[in-house]
Amino acid sequence: MTVSANNNSESSGQQKKSETPPPVQNLPSNTVMIRALGGIATIAGVIIVFVFQFTQPYIAENKRRAIEKAIYQVVPGAVNRTSYLLNEQALMLETEFNESESSGSSTVSQVSTETIYAAFDASGKLVGIAMEAAAQGYQDVIRILYGYSPECECITGISILKSTETPGLGDKIGTDLKFLANFIALDAKLNQEKTALLNPIETVKHGRKTADWQIDSISGATVSSNAIGKMLRESTKKMLPLLIKHLHKIIKS
Amino acid sequence: MTTNTSAAHSEVKLKSQPDSMDTFLRGIWQDNPVFVMLLGMCPVLAVTNSVVNALAMGIASLFVLFCSNTLVALLRNFIPKQVRIASYIVIIATFVTVVDYVIQAISLDLYNALGAFIQLIVVNCIILGRAEAFASKNKVGAAMLDALGMGIGFTLALLCLGGVREILGNGTFLGISLFGENFQAWSVMILPPGGFFVLGAWLLLFNWLKERKDMKALSPDLQLAETKN
Repeated sequence: MTVSANNNSESSGQQKKSETPPPVQNLPSNTVMIRALGGIATIAGVIIVFVFQFTQPYIAENKRRAIEKAIYQVVPGAVNRTSYLLNEQALMLETEFNESESSGSSTVSQVSTETIYAAFDASGKLVGIAMEAAAQGYQDVIRILYGYSPECECITGISILKSTETPGLGDKIGTDLKFLANFIALDAKLNQEKTALLNPIETVKHGRKTADWQIDSISGATVSSNAIGKMLRESTKKMLPLLIKHLHKIIKS
Repeated sequence: MTTNTSAAHSEVKLKSQPDSMDTFLRGIWQDNPVFVMLLGMCPVLAVTNSVVNALAMGIASLFVLFCSNTLVALLRNFIPKQVRIASYIVIIATFVTVVDYVIQAISLDLYNALGAFIQLIVVNCIILGRAEAFASKNKVGAAMLDALGMGIGFTLALLCLGGVREILGNGTFLGISLFGENFQAWSVMILPPGGFFVLGAWLLLFNWLKERKDMKALSPDLQLAETKN
C-alpha cells in the first residue's frame, strides 16, 4: 500500500512534467543508469558467490547426513552403505559411474537411472536395499526413501525425505506410529517369473486392512496416505524386477 | 483506505521530526506492517501454520529487510530515480538468495517446511515498500532502525498468527503438547481458512483498539461526559 501510494504521487508528478515537454538535461545520462545497475549487479554477484562458497560444504554435509539417517532408519540393522546406480541395462557402483562419466565414454546417462543404496550390517552381510520413491501429495510432491529386504521380500520401513503436507494433518504420514507400523513388513513378493509384483501395494480406508500388502490409511490424511501407497506401488513395480536381476552382483561385492 | 491514510500520516510525521526511538517503535506497533498496513499478506497467511515456521519466516524477512534497507540507504545518492525499482529488486533478490543458502546450511527440515516461501520473500511488498518509502530518503542509521522495527513488527505479527493457529489447530506450541491426549484438535485452524479466520480476529482487535484511541483523542468532551456518568 505504501508503495502504491508513493508511486501514485510520483507518477502523477511525472505526468505533470510530461505535459510540458521534459527538459532533456534533467534526465540522467544512460551511462549513469548503466553504471548504477551494473555496479549493483556486481555487488550482488560477489555477495552471492561468497555466501555460496561458504555454505556449500554445510549444505552437502546436511544432505548426506539426511540420506544416511534415512537409510539406517528404513533398513533395520544397517551400519554401512554403498550407493549403486540401477537402470534397464545395468547396475553399477556410483563411483564407477562417476569415473566413466568424467572420461566421457558413457551412454548410461541417456536412460533413466535411479540411485539405490545397498545397506550392510556390521559383518558385511546385505540386510536391505533403500530406494527413493515420489508421488504427488496434497500440496506438493512427496519424496520418500523406503527399505526393501530381499530376504523376506518385503518393505522394511519408510522415511519422508521431502514433504510440504499440512502440519497436523498430512504430515502425520511421517509421525503417526500406527501408520508407520504398516511398513515394518509390507508384503512386496514378486511372481514366479520375477517380472511383476504378486500383489500390487494398495492403500485402503482406515481400519479396513486385511492383507499384508495393504496400507491402512490415516483418517484425515487420506490424500497423503494414498500418495504413499501410489509411490510404493509404482516404484516397486518398476524397480524390484530390475533389482532382483542384478542382486547377485551386490551380494558378491 | 485506512492504510493509505496511515502511511501518509507517518510520512508527514517523518518529515517533521525523525526521532530514532520513534522510527524503531513505529514498525512494531503504530504502523505494524501486518496489522495496520496490511502488507505481505501472502507469507502471513501461508506459513503461519506452526510457530517454528512463523518464527523462521519472520527472522528471514527481518534479515532481508535489514540488509536491503541498509544497502539502499547507502546507495541512495548513487541510484538514479529512473532505475530505482530494478536496483531495489536486485538488492532484495541477492539477500533472499543468501537467506536461502543459509537456511539450507542450518537445517534441511526447516528449509523443506518453508517450501517456496523463502524465495517469495523477494516479492514481499513490505521489503520493497520500506526501500522505496523510507530507505531511499533517509540516512543509513535511520534506515537500519526502521528495518529492525518493521522486521520485528512483522515477526511478532507472524508469531501472533502462528501461535494461535498451532495451539487451536494442533494443541501444541513449538511442538510441545499443551492439552494432553484428550484434546480434539481444531484442524481447520491450520488449514488455509484458519489463516483468514485468525487474521480477521487480530485485525478486528487492532481496529477496535485504534478506533477507541481515535474516539478518545477526537472527543475529549465525550470522554468527560462518560466519566461523569
